[in-house]
Amino acid sequence: MNALRSLGVEQQVALLFLILFGLLSLASIAVFVPTLRAQHSEQADPHLRQLRDLRALWIGTVVFWLSWMSGPVGATLLFGVFSFLALREFITLAHTRRSDHRSLILAFFIVLPLQYVLVGLRSFDLFSVFIPVYVFLAIPVLSALAGDPERFLERNAKIQWGITVCVFGLSHAPALLLLEFPNYAGRGAFLLFFLVIVAASAQIVQELASRWLRRRPVARHIDRSFSYRAWLAGALVAALVGALLVWITPFRIWQAMLMGLVAGACGTLGEFVMKALKKDAGVRYWGNQSSVTGAVGLLDRVAPLCFAAPVFFHSVRWYSSLAP
Amino acid sequence: MSIAVKVMGVLVSFVARLVTGAQGHWKGCPPEALQRIYFANHQSHLDWVLIWAALPDDLRVRTRPIAARDYWTANKFKHWLTREVFNAVYVSRQRTDDQDPLEPLAEALQHGDSLVIFPEGTRSNKGEPMPFKSGLYHLAEQFPGVQLVPVWIDNVQRVMPKGEVVPVPILCTATFGAPMQLQPGEDKREFLERAREAVVALRPLIT
Repeated sequence: MNALRSLGVEQQVALLFLILFGLLSLASIAVFVPTLRAQHSEQADPHLRQLRDLRALWIGTVVFWLSWMSGPVGATLLFGVFSFLALREFITLAHTRRSDHRSLILAFFIVLPLQYVLVGLRSFDLFSVFIPVYVFLAIPVLSALAGDPERFLERNAKIQWGITVCVFGLSHAPALLLLEFPNYAGRGAFLLFFLVIVAASAQIVQELASRWLRRRPVARHIDRSFSYRAWLAGALVAALVGALLVWITPFRIWQAMLMGLVAGACGTLGEFVMKALKKDAGVRYWGNQSSVTGAVGLLDRVAPLCFAAPVFFHSVRWYSSLAP
Repeated sequence: MSIAVKVMGVLVSFVARLVTGAQGHWKGCPPEALQRIYFANHQSHLDWVLIWAALPDDLRVRTRPIAARDYWTANKFKHWLTREVFNAVYVSRQRTDDQDPLEPLAEALQHGDSLVIFPEGTRSNKGEPMPFKSGLYHLAEQFPGVQLVPVWIDNVQRVMPKGEVVPVPILCTATFGAPMQLQPGEDKREFLERAREAVVALRPLIT
């Protein structure tokens, strides 16, 4: 531990990525080698799914690394592109009407870039209120000007919701990278890493627990596997993982546990909500390869981050304003 | 092919993919380099670009759109774009008695190229495609060896409704169906109705 502490910030971050890529390579080899032997299609099928999951993990890690390497501008741009793709998918599923055209142009080509510019400039005060206050009021005004009273509230609510989740929520991920913490300068990558690992372990544990516990689902029409116990198990494991990772954060151990709990619980709830949304939009399969709308399932993958990042970000900021 | 043409081609397909996803779903046939006539529903100016971007590269260079001569040669840029980048087949909208309007299309097919046509003749935005014009029938009659592939283009009308200039990013799909042929002794009206039904049948159930 002491040897680790004596390293510079840059070296610590480099070590983090080295460990990440090393673990991923090991996992890839472990999954890939059996596929060389398995010839039967029914045997190869779960392996194919594992390979797909691994590919997603690789992409995620490379994105994370690139966003760190490229500094504030690169990170902001990268997550901006993800926001764009997620919002595109959301709007496709939301079945907007013709008269929403101008509002959507505002959302895609003005709100989204501006939000990410605010992140890049580190003006976190305006960044936190830009969408909840100003955009919230601007969208209905523009919509009313379009002169279509039919389903006015419903249409606006859809667009607002999409912007809040896909732009506002996701923009908190690069914000974490850029957050200047007292006595913690240049270590934003650790915070984002903490968030991602904690949210991911909550999700995995919840998935396993729901299979293992076989509780009655809370909302069977939305998700056949979601139960309170499984959710709680996920959140508790997230807290534990948070405590194990305390050495990369500026927190004390109980604070790290609390942060892990909150982020893990939010992430899994985010995924749950996204399932409800997809059911509403008429998409039957979860993470399907090619749906009728062509939606490719990016929204499902970023949903936990969209929900966990804002809560985590503001908890961290709130804590740092209290910390000496 | 000059560099400007290549750059423009890459740029157009990149923007099309960014805005619409331009996904091609090959339900009824694989994307093979056979000579084909793709016929699709027509809702927006972007329809052609979507099909073009959804095609694989090697099919793209041999697949040509139909462009109205008076509109698409009106200025230098439009003419350059349709001639060099899309390799369009120009047709005249004014009918003259001495010329068959399908002649340029027949010429392209004799040359071995594939075509994309919108048999409705004009853009419809009522959801249901309008009755097909007879051009498809005459081409099928003249070129029995060419595959006729129905295509349903979905969601494009949401990207750029009539009268708007800025497109909104929304995912679109082009679904390619099973190739069909003119049956021996099939009536013109029967065939056109069958072709229209083949296109409508590709429409996704959830709209």
